[in-house]
Amino acid sequence: MSTTQHDSEQVHDAEAAAAIGAVSTSEGRQELLGADVTAAAERLRELGAVLRVSEAEAMLLGEGADPNDETMIINMGPQHPSTHGVLRLMMELRGETVVRTKPIVGYLHTGMEWTGEELTYIQGATNVTRMDYAAPLFNELAFSMSVEQLLGIEVPPRAVWIRMLMSELNRMSSHLLFLATNGMDIGAVSMMLYGWREREEVLRFFEMVTGLRMNHNYIRPGGVAADLPDGWRSAVLRLLEMIPPRLDEYDTLLTGQPIWRERLQGVGTITTEECIALGVTGPILRSTGFAADLRRDEPYLAYDQVDFDIVVGTYGDCFDRYAIRLNEVRESMRIVAQILEQMPKGDYRIQDKKVTPPPRARIDESMEALIHHFKIFTEGFKVPEGESYVPIESPRGELGCYIVSDGSSKPYRMHVRGPSFVNLQCLPHMMHNALIADSVAIISSVDPIMGEVDR
Amino acid sequence: MAKERGGLMENGLEGLNHNMLTGRLEDLVKWARYRSLMPATFGLACCAIEMMGTGGPHYDIARFGMEVFRASPRQADLMIVAGRVSQKMAPVLRQIYDQMMEPKWVLSMGVCASSGGMFNNYAIVQGVDQVVPVDVYAPGCPPGPQTLLHAIITLHTKIHDGELTRRRATGQGAGIVVEQRDGQFDSPVTLGRR
Amino acid sequence: MVDTPAADEAAPEPADPEPAPPALRHGVPVAEAPGTAVLHPTREQLAEVVEALYADGYLMCIDVTVVDYLTFGRRTAAEGDILSTERTLPGGLAPERFEVVYHFLRHADHDRVRLRVQVPESDPTVVSLFDRYPGTEAMEREAFDMFGVRFDGHPDLTRILMPEDWVGHPLRKDYASGRIPVQFKASADER
Repeated sequence: MSTTQHDSEQVHDAEAAAAIGAVSTSEGRQELLGADVTAAAERLRELGAVLRVSEAEAMLLGEGADPNDETMIINMGPQHPSTHGVLRLMMELRGETVVRTKPIVGYLHTGMEWTGEELTYIQGATNVTRMDYAAPLFNELAFSMSVEQLLGIEVPPRAVWIRMLMSELNRMSSHLLFLATNGMDIGAVSMMLYGWREREEVLRFFEMVTGLRMNHNYIRPGGVAADLPDGWRSAVLRLLEMIPPRLDEYDTLLTGQPIWRERLQGVGTITTEECIALGVTGPILRSTGFAADLRRDEPYLAYDQVDFDIVVGTYGDCFDRYAIRLNEVRESMRIVAQILEQMPKGDYRIQDKKVTPPPRARIDESMEALIHHFKIFTEGFKVPEGESYVPIESPRGELGCYIVSDGSSKPYRMHVRGPSFVNLQCLPHMMHNALIADSVAIISSVDPIMGEVDR
Repeated sequence: MAKERGGLMENGLEGLNHNMLTGRLEDLVKWARYRSLMPATFGLACCAIEMMGTGGPHYDIARFGMEVFRASPRQADLMIVAGRVSQKMAPVLRQIYDQMMEPKWVLSMGVCASSGGMFNNYAIVQGVDQVVPVDVYAPGCPPGPQTLLHAIITLHTKIHDGELTRRRATGQGAGIVVEQRDGQFDSPVTLGRR
Repeated sequence: MVDTPAADEAAPEPADPEPAPPALRHGVPVAEAPGTAVLHPTREQLAEVVEALYADGYLMCIDVTVVDYLTFGRRTAAEGDILSTERTLPGGLAPERFEVVYHFLRHADHDRVRLRVQVPESDPTVVSLFDRYPGTEAMEREAFDMFGVRFDGHPDLTRILMPEDWVGHPLRKDYASGRIPVQFKASADER
């Protein structure tokens, strides 16, 4: 890495930076022309925002560093106070400015896709739920819907609406977690306490319904594990009464606040074309002004029967992403209120003896029920040969579960397309020419959950 | 009564009787240590979320003087290993542990940290006691704030009793396993009623 | 990056009742699956088909993954069920050990396409899509790390999930699991 190379990069960077500036404020973002994306792809390649050097090389560079060299490679993580898990960033700095970055992941690799091949389909939800641990019900939902597509079954309406209720509440708790950690990272430490206060209330409802505060294993192939208990309506109503005024408090606390704005506006900008070229989805894509939300574009569950808005930003910066997630909490509450009115009666899981276990009470009465229970819990139910991919809109973007089945009771291959894994690729481009102090704000606004990055 | 309880202003030096504590040096040191343990941030996975929840207003770890999570291991006393430790993370874990100053304690939070949990495969270290000496194991997946607080208070009790300073001689952790205290909710989930 | 023009974008030909040539799209056999069309290009056709898809408006590559078909069907055969152990692919393609699976999305009409490319064990290489879709960088690295499939033209094909000096590709079917034997002790105070 010679100095001359840096000079030419610097010149090129200035032009490219100007080009980015021009695109991010241009009109007509909704029109997506192929040429723009090509330009973005070329720009992403030439910009040199991604540091591609192996860890061994980086260590050698550090040891024999030339004191006249303008740039320095430093390491941030994997253990650092920003609460985004074990993400390691290798940053090439010129003074305080970040030139290139390499996000290094794998510190939480758990072999979950391998585990998915070892567990039966009814146990599968326990495994996938621990991927995106801030929004566990979404992982379970993607997995269950993928299995149901392979089985060719349809879950009863009440199960669909219960799933939707739990998903939207989980979206709320995930975004509250984002608000808490984002606030703390920027320095508004009291936001951490407020976010957790709200989140606890939602977790209490989850504990009432599913038995667990996190990693619920509630949404299973065929429906949900248990029906909503008595008193759920008043519990949800209590949530819907308590959270909006507090959200307004956070809005007042943060949105207009000058320091908050200074730290987030204009920081970590990215354009629609770059997002699409990188495969970035979710609030990051929406912050650039592109309204893509799978709940509306490819409706699943019963999202076509409820009314809600898609929140989009304008500038693609960190402030937009914060504002989007804050307002998505409000939209989720709107959906929950509609679910309360429209929740149908009926079965909470499909009454198919081969797929769902019988009620515990019936095991004492019927030999057949006992045999089915035994077979389902030891051997598992067999799923026809085939493959399926089901995408859903998780709080972080498009979460999809790709399952290949060979006709046995365990998946032959289970792959989860984690949105954070793909979204992390936009970090180098957001952090290019930003200050080191902004890197914390940028990582926080991307809101990665390392469980689904590393799986 | 008022004259007895009065302070320096009313009674002079005699009034300070009620404001002074005396004790053995070791007791006072132990009291200072366990009343303000500073945890090192070592949140890895889902357990980290519950650990942050324990710091939140509902469960409030600040009651026990522990809301200050130090990022720098040099300033921390307690390492709460919250989450699954992968093969790539194990050397980092050991390095952070080595950087902590004595006296230090390790709390293994969750089943993944205690034994590998549900992930018995190539990727996860089957228990952090393979890497660092552990003093308290908190079971649960994830252990709720009540279990974590129970584990922390157990550790406090042991520090207070002085038993844990014996650890340094052997290099082994105390290895205390606490029971899970969650799920105390009133109405149980009725699985499989219909 | 290939600059050849898109292959014949034939409309799917109607299927005859007798065994007929399969429907074609962008010149490769296609099967229908719920929610998506599945194309089966060969390794040589892949670059061309991807360019055609890009020109057609599939601007986002959603996912890149690999499936190892080494023990496909053998698990159920061992359990005594009689199932086909030979996979059949449209267009008379020869099934290989590895299959690289791509998912693409077109935002304009929310249409999805899946590509399944057969990759032999003897030469586990396939062209990288990084030039056209920079977002495949991390996904192809993961595919390489877990399966050992190499992507020609990828700027930095190193391990991403396992430590850099790890030997072996964990998600292959012939990789030892690393599972340790667990003995459950009866009493709780014994460690």
